[in-house]
Amino acid sequence: MEPDPQQLVNAEGESLTVDQAIANLCQTADGGLRYYAAWWLGRFRVSESEALQALVAALEDENDRAPDGGYPLRRNAARALGKLGDRTVVPALVRCLDCDDYYVRESAAQALGALGDERAIAALRSLLAGGVAAAVAVPGKPHLVQPYNAVLEALGNLAARDAVSDIAPFLAHEVAQVQNAAARALYQLTGDAAYCDRLVDRLQEPNLQLRRSAMMDLGAIGYLPAAGAIAATLAENSLKLIALQGVLETHLQQSGFPTAGLTAEARQVLGLMDELL
Amino acid sequence: MIGAGSGVGATIAELIRAIDTADSKGAMVVAVNQLAAAQDAAAIPTLITVLGYNNPGASVAAVNGLAALGDAAVPALLEQLDGYNYGARAWAIRALALIGDPRALSVLLDTAKGDFALSVRRAAARGLGNINWSLLAPDQRAILQENVLQVLTEAAISDPEWVVRYAAVAGLQGLAIAWVEPNCQMSPLLNCLERVCWNDDTAAVQARARLALEALAS
Repeated sequence: MEPDPQQLVNAEGESLTVDQAIANLCQTADGGLRYYAAWWLGRFRVSESEALQALVAALEDENDRAPDGGYPLRRNAARALGKLGDRTVVPALVRCLDCDDYYVRESAAQALGALGDERAIAALRSLLAGGVAAAVAVPGKPHLVQPYNAVLEALGNLAARDAVSDIAPFLAHEVAQVQNAAARALYQLTGDAAYCDRLVDRLQEPNLQLRRSAMMDLGAIGYLPAAGAIAATLAENSLKLIALQGVLETHLQQSGFPTAGLTAEARQVLGLMDELL
Repeated sequence: MIGAGSGVGATIAELIRAIDTADSKGAMVVAVNQLAAAQDAAAIPTLITVLGYNNPGASVAAVNGLAALGDAAVPALLEQLDGYNYGARAWAIRALALIGDPRALSVLLDTAKGDFALSVRRAAARGLGNINWSLLAPDQRAILQENVLQVLTEAAISDPEWVVRYAAVAGLQGLAIAWVEPNCQMSPLLNCLERVCWNDDTAAVQARARLALEALAS
């Protein structure tokens, strides 16, 4: 169902082909073109080897610098690599976990969680060093010293069972989103539904951002008993539909769909989704 | 303003004034809910104006109020669509989709086919499955159902967004159920659902198509 990349247009309304996008990423004269090309290759899932090579090279870019000293092109390249599903780039993304730029580390952790390669586990765990006591905000910045949410989620996705004792203390971190990420990972690693109930309780929070993030966590881990609570929480229908899609598809996979038919639970979730269209 | 605070016993004019004087987003939502609950056609212009306020809670309440008023709200909603406010236009489409009046058909067809916002295409596709066909003469009905079938099958198979394909499948189920007499058009519809059920790359869409096929087989 993905649109044909050859027919898509760039931000200026000009058509961009795979070859052009790769060429745009490889040149260095126009930073804007490079940045856009990195996004484009990820968005349209262009996973041919020239694209992968160009994106890996962009992870070490020195030209494109943000006012805060960060590396915008590296961030975009890491995100794109997370979408392309090619695990040969894992070592390069692991190196990004040491980058000075917080947002490069965050994008790399997310990408490594998506790629599902256990070679990333040790480096991700090392970002949790010092535990909750070290997990403080950077003065003057809107973020903590490490991208804990992304790291915890990645460890959950990577089935890093040895990391449970590193992760558990983050349930008591002062930032609610970090608690959510820990609960989500611990459910994935232990199968204990009590962790999900903490997320379900969050759907009653007065803060919309917290409700949204708990809902997306429940969708990402596919926690079926939360379907009714997701449909009922006060948030946008578009986000509820995405969360319910996650719940439904996890259940469909577990129940052997499409070879097996629809279960009563699947019908129930479909009914909830219909009401939100 | 007597009674306008609780909404009970207030006149429509008082309820409208409460909206005009609401001093916070929360107060606005409460006031719109009260006006919507009155279910009075005199509230229609105000409820439509609220759709343009960029207050999602108030817009949801106004859409529900307009949907409950049904056919009476349709002409004013269709007129609103010519306005410049894109957000208001999206909410008006939602209201029209919920009402299902065939006068909204051409705008729902155009929106399901070509709107750039996926949430609006989604609502329009759902609305196309919710049309009250009994309001049309039989010959007109046949032509328009053919148009709806075409737009929904196209959307179910090739819209790039999974949720629009999902809504189009739900819409096709609604369309099929509305065809009371045995109709030869049933076969392209079922073929489309079969195709989505086995070929869509999103499991949720496949599952919705399976549900539709089962509902239509029983």
